[in-house]
Amino acid sequence: MQKVSIEINGKKVSREIEDRTLLSTLLRDILSLTGTHIGCDTSQCGACVVHVDGKSVKSCTLFAADIHGSKVTTIEGLARNGKMHPMQEAFKKLHGLQCGFCTPGMVMSAVDLLKNKKNPSEQEIRDWLEGNICRCTGYQNIVAAVKEAASKM
Amino acid sequence: MASSLIGSRVERKEDKKFLTGKGRYTADINLANQTYAYFVRSPHARATISKVDISKASNAPGVVKILTGDDLAKDKIGGLIAGWKIVSQDGTDMKCPPHPPLANNTVNFVGDHVAIVIAETLDQAKDAAEKVRVDYKVLKAVVNTGDAMNSKPIHDGIDKNLCYDFLLGDKGKTDEAFSNADKVVKLDLVNNRLIPNAMEPRAAIGDYNPSSEELTLYTASQNPHLSRLILSAFNAVHPEHKFRVVAPDVGGGFGSKINAYAEDVVVAWASKKIERPVKWVAERTESFLSDNHGRDHLTHVELALKNDGKITGIKVETIANLGAYALVFATVTPTYLYAPLLIGPYDIPAACCNVKTVYTNTAPTDAYRGAGRPEATYVVERIVTEAAKEIGMDQAEFRKKNFINKFPHQQCLVHNIDSGDYNAHLDKALELSDYKNFENRRSQSSAKGKLRGIGFSTYLEACGIAPSAVVMSIGAGVGLWESAEIRFNATGNVSVFTGAHSHGQSHDTTFAQIVGEKLGVPIENIDIIHGDTDKGPFGMGTYGSRSLAVGGTAIVKACDKIIEKGRKVAAKMLEAKPEEVEFKDGEFIVKNSNKKKTIGEIAFACYLPGTYGDIKSPLPEGVEPGLVETSFFDPSNFSFPSGTHICEVEVDQDTGETKVVKYTVVDDFGTIINPLVVEGQVHGGVAQGIGQALYENAHYDESGQLITASYMDYTMPRADNFPEFKLGFTSTPATSNPLGAKGCGEAGTIAAPPAVMNAVIDAIGEDISMPATSEKVCNALQKNKKNKEAA
Ligand code: FES
Ligand code: FES
Repeated sequence: MQKVSIEINGKKVSREIEDRTLLSTLLRDILSLTGTHIGCDTSQCGACVVHVDGKSVKSCTLFAADIHGSKVTTIEGLARNGKMHPMQEAFKKLHGLQCGFCTPGMVMSAVDLLKNKKNPSEQEIRDWLEGNICRCTGYQNIVAAVKEAASKM
Repeated sequence: MASSLIGSRVERKEDKKFLTGKGRYTADINLANQTYAYFVRSPHARATISKVDISKASNAPGVVKILTGDDLAKDKIGGLIAGWKIVSQDGTDMKCPPHPPLANNTVNFVGDHVAIVIAETLDQAKDAAEKVRVDYKVLKAVVNTGDAMNSKPIHDGIDKNLCYDFLLGDKGKTDEAFSNADKVVKLDLVNNRLIPNAMEPRAAIGDYNPSSEELTLYTASQNPHLSRLILSAFNAVHPEHKFRVVAPDVGGGFGSKINAYAEDVVVAWASKKIERPVKWVAERTESFLSDNHGRDHLTHVELALKNDGKITGIKVETIANLGAYALVFATVTPTYLYAPLLIGPYDIPAACCNVKTVYTNTAPTDAYRGAGRPEATYVVERIVTEAAKEIGMDQAEFRKKNFINKFPHQQCLVHNIDSGDYNAHLDKALELSDYKNFENRRSQSSAKGKLRGIGFSTYLEACGIAPSAVVMSIGAGVGLWESAEIRFNATGNVSVFTGAHSHGQSHDTTFAQIVGEKLGVPIENIDIIHGDTDKGPFGMGTYGSRSLAVGGTAIVKACDKIIEKGRKVAAKMLEAKPEEVEFKDGEFIVKNSNKKKTIGEIAFACYLPGTYGDIKSPLPEGVEPGLVETSFFDPSNFSFPSGTHICEVEVDQDTGETKVVKYTVVDDFGTIINPLVVEGQVHGGVAQGIGQALYENAHYDESGQLITASYMDYTMPRADNFPEFKLGFTSTPATSNPLGAKGCGEAGTIAAPPAVMNAVIDAIGEDISMPATSEKVCNALQKNKKNKEAA
């Protein structure tokens, strides 16, 4: 067991956790932030993507203890003052989600892309999202939503 | 205002919760005093079990209970079922082996369920599961579809591993067509085994309340009522009136969440035994191993032709792999959902199809997006493409020559096609895809050292599953209607209960659009409620592109009843005769007057009749208070969406890498409620179809181990695999439902595989099987080169 302190969605939290606790487990099972999803057991699907210190990471690949002192943003923390982030708005406008299961990871991943690249091309968006699997949308409206968000940000 | 709702690109009502992380999937639910379950599964494809020793595991830390097949048998919990009885051509009933939710003394596929370990934490359950000792005697597994009938039976008493030997069509007439044919074209085809892979892994929580004796099962299901029925009637887990099944937000289904699975039965039953909630969430590997798989057919097809290009007959022989057991839709998928569609959209006077389904030591197969219709369309569109080549006709011309062009059209097998215009979608697709300039594009690709090919697929599907009258007439045991209940609340908003279930299909929005249009209520004031057996009436659930055509129609009918009742009340209140009262855009208006009441006022009057104005009661004699109406709709016929897909691929001659570079779709779905949603369904379906053609394959080794049991080994289509799909629509409304809707959820997976494979084969000049992986394409190119050199 060890104590970790992390800032999550702007709030400081400290918990005693087992060494083997993954960041995804801390979020979902200990902090009840169930917006972060688990879609696989091989770090392949991207449903669990969150931001750690501003960068997108698969939360199922990190031990919570290893990011002691970091700032984490999850899907629950993306909207500000009840207003959705432009990426969330764009997904809604262009039907970038169906069942919604891949969506949190997809959105968090896409937000990080736009941090690094203001106006990505369609191919750059597709390449960036290669680590996020969606079974519902065929990706077309996700790509369109990312483009739309880029134009709004 | 309201009249523009149907057909509008309305943004989804359900999106906000999903986009802000507030979706509530089964795995997100945690109950007080909850325990965690882990299943002990067979590591062998086929074995007998002499002993399951739980003594060591039971003493492991945190263990609450371990239950095995023996306990299940003692409690007389029934086995899992096949929902449709199929009769063989010799008149005998299909043969199904026992399928206990926890193995009795045999296991039949890797992942088959042996025991449930329940503990205070998931880690404790997993640790203890390692200590369960199972004495297996490993037997030789039967794995391949083609070998099953020549292998020793894997189930006692099921000779040749044959479930049934089904025949549809007129064999004599078909033989005659073949003997009179100018040309016969033949093909042997493999329809690869797929794993559905909804992104939300299956999950189930049993929650027994010892005080009320009520049992609740939260489960990732496409059809909670059907699951409750099966768990009550067949598995005898709990009586239906004390049993609630909740399918909350569900992260995709694609057929893999139709079945009431072993895990559902076992956690529900276990919760009763320990009187605590029992939660199980599948790990992805478990999903790969134990979700139902899809497709897996071997087919021989022959097409009879006249010299002028007219098709005169089709003959099909298929072996379909059921896997280890027969699941709910497993027996009907390769028969009634498959064989009648083997004529495609063509006017073929004679057809005959034989399907043999076999048991093997692999995961059970069942309906997977399209269910039977992708398999049929693959057969038809591949052989039709070969036939056009053989005759030397253009692919579009050949199809046009053979299309059905008068409606209604009674096909020679089963279906009576009510409406369609196949030339219209084909012509539109030719235009959208710039077909006439294809050869230029081919040359451009060739200049880059790439081989370019083009492939067509003109499909016909049967949706709106399933009109009782039609399916009963061909021998299936049950038809599938749908329910709707509309509760107009006193304050003027509306709760709509549907038996259909949305796990991505957007019912919250599209169904609200229908109600909004019918009743003139803004969609913000309409709530679509589904997924909880304690809330709405019994319903059949969502699969077979049925939600709108069947469930949507039930909603329309219930709306009509609301309007009829409202008209009577309005007439009394407005001192007119009911026949003088018209309903439009949410208002009841007396003809040729300005006397009117809004539907909200009528609803208020229906609930609080004594308080309304100076009229003592606005309710006419014989009209009961309240404004709630229910409808159960059983369609008179299937609906028949159709369309044309044209695919272009580029093949790298050195690596064999094949990419879809252009993809055009023109679909006829009849009436479209929300184009935004429908386009999304098409994109997703096409991506899954391309996945089957180029990437996906469930592969078992000879001993029955699933080699592709993770995303490292099973190739899921990803964003960078696709170009932007180009979509168009034509519309001939369905006549079997008042909406004119035909269904759109499965078309992509139905049409895409043959379009892609026809393009690949066109590019490389060799027949290869799905998926067209780089390796296979490379080998085919080499073979082609050798053949050319030899010639
Ligand atoms: S859960 Fe799949 S990558 Fe993390
Ligand atoms: S929306 Fe369902 S997996 Fe992406």
